[in-house]
Amino acid sequence: MSGQFWVYVVLMAGVTYLIRMLPLVIFKKKIQSRFIKSFLFYMPYAVLTAMTIPAIFTATASVWSAVAGLLVAVILAWREKSLLTVAIFACAAVFVTEWLLKFLNAGL
Amino acid sequence: MEQSAIINRYSQGFKDGIPIALGYLSVSFTFGMAAVTQGLDLWQAVLISMTNLTSAGQFAGLSLITAGAAYYEMVLTQFIINLRYALMSVSLSQKLHGVRLLDRLLISFCNTDEIFAVASRQPAEVGRRYMYGLMTAPYIGWVLGTFIGAAASSLLPASVRSALGLAIYGMFIAIVLPPAKKLRAVRLVVIISALFSCIFAWVPVLNHISSGFAIILCTLIAAAVGAALFPIEEVQGE
Repeated sequence: MSGQFWVYVVLMAGVTYLIRMLPLVIFKKKIQSRFIKSFLFYMPYAVLTAMTIPAIFTATASVWSAVAGLLVAVILAWREKSLLTVAIFACAAVFVTEWLLKFLNAGL
Repeated sequence: MEQSAIINRYSQGFKDGIPIALGYLSVSFTFGMAAVTQGLDLWQAVLISMTNLTSAGQFAGLSLITAGAAYYEMVLTQFIINLRYALMSVSLSQKLHGVRLLDRLLISFCNTDEIFAVASRQPAEVGRRYMYGLMTAPYIGWVLGTFIGAAASSLLPASVRSALGLAIYGMFIAIVLPPAKKLRAVRLVVIISALFSCIFAWVPVLNHISSGFAIILCTLIAAAVGAALFPIEEVQGE
């Protein structure tokens, strides 16, 4: 597959780069439209939310540990903790929940 | 233009990129492991990460490579999954201050979800040095994580790998919630986006739409509703 592999990599990298590069090179002037400015202001929040919900529920080994991680992340983020703090404690919540689940399952 | 200070220190960008890099380590570790498990060489996995720098696109590309898919399928899949970056680049372009063409060619290569998110939440416009600083650690983290994952296919216990799967989402939540707490309009945008995202994931027929394209649709709908109902008075940093 080695010859084919190079073609695949060039296609993947090429398409991904062009999508990112062209708008950044073309749209240099400040946009005047109030609607488009507002749209671009709200866009990051919309895209990050769509990427998180519902994908987060299948990001870990069990949906319950994902829910625990989500809850911890929401509580800490609401209190405006740093990105790293939120991420680490959310991961810890997943780890603890999965450990508890294993413990419970073994006991039954 | 009455400009507040422009954010353009390399060191500040580098510092802001460290949490992203830590999050990337786990995701690219997973990619490296998956790539080797599915039959690629270590250097092939690392090469893909060095040239692509995108999680969803790389995972999709990996499955297409191992399936021996047609080239047009690869192009189409990458286009749909990564089209959201075009929206992000348009938005990021408004945020950059005095950045020349050559720098734009380099910066756009690293315009990932997380780098974009961190750049856009800065309180003022950003310059090229800040962007280069912001890109450095995540790029190294992404490539290094792939290398380690590919080299040590199953070093971490499954429980730790599962827990690290939540890191990126924890970061996203930490970015979205503080402004959502302060601004009613952002709350509305977030709720609409989450609602449509669930619809595209779970409602029959609609769940056949690829996840990459569903993200674009959710973004367009939620941001457009927000912009129509709550047009902002002035863009931050201007």
